[in-house]
Amino acid sequence: MSTDNPTTSVDDADSEVDAAELQALRERVEELEASMAAVDDGDDQQKMTIVATQGSFDMAYPPLILASTAAAFGWEVIVFHTFWGLDILHEEKSQDLKLSAVGNPNMPMPNALAALPGMDAMATKMMQKKIDENGTATIEELIDVSLESGVDLQACQMTIELMEYDEDDFYDGVTTGVGAATAIQHMAESDVQLLV
Amino acid sequence: MSSEYDTTETLDVKGQSCPMPIVKTKQAIDGLEAGNVLEVVATDSGSISDIQGWADGTDGVELLEQVEGDDLYTHYVKKTE
Repeated sequence: MSTDNPTTSVDDADSEVDAAELQALRERVEELEASMAAVDDGDDQQKMTIVATQGSFDMAYPPLILASTAAAFGWEVIVFHTFWGLDILHEEKSQDLKLSAVGNPNMPMPNALAALPGMDAMATKMMQKKIDENGTATIEELIDVSLESGVDLQACQMTIELMEYDEDDFYDGVTTGVGAATAIQHMAESDVQLLV
Repeated sequence: MSSEYDTTETLDVKGQSCPMPIVKTKQAIDGLEAGNVLEVVATDSGSISDIQGWADGTDGVELLEQVEGDDLYTHYVKKTE
């Protein structure tokens, strides 16, 4: 036995130590990989918070279009609706949002004419017709797809009370009972923050 | 029209404009299996850029090809995972 190749036995001893060290290293690598994966997961999830403050027909579109699109990217999306922006989530009022003809330099009429009774309604009708012809989604459709795709549409509680709305006035799935602090918290965690 | 791709499903968003082609593409992709190819037929000229941007920024999808012709924009999107 003593005549066994000494080189081999030294190698064997070495590889035994190596095996133990290797096992420890493997475990450490696995541990690090797992924690890296956890960190990566956190980074992958993009988040956007939009604060919607406007309730005119034209201004209802941008937050909803951006929200539903970001959700299609797999982002976590919150839209915090406050002041007139709350009307977008109000089931009845959202059907009747108006475009203002006055003070809108893009309107093909002077302000003096635009201020006449019925002009806002007319401008809104014209815009609605264009939207329909262009195949642009309605506000209700955009709210539906946003909610379907997991967008958190939030109704500012203070504004609900200020406008004397009821929590049942809003579309099913709208989050109520939230305030500015909730919005700030989401904004702080977001990659993108927008005020519309 | 359906080309060399073995498309699993065709999504018709003709006549619809931004953001619906993207939103519906995402919904259709969610309903498919990994390896499936979705054909999206749109009339929205913005869909060329939008589908590119969406596919670039979205995990688990690969834009295979976009075909333009006769006011029709056809996109082939593969679900990779």
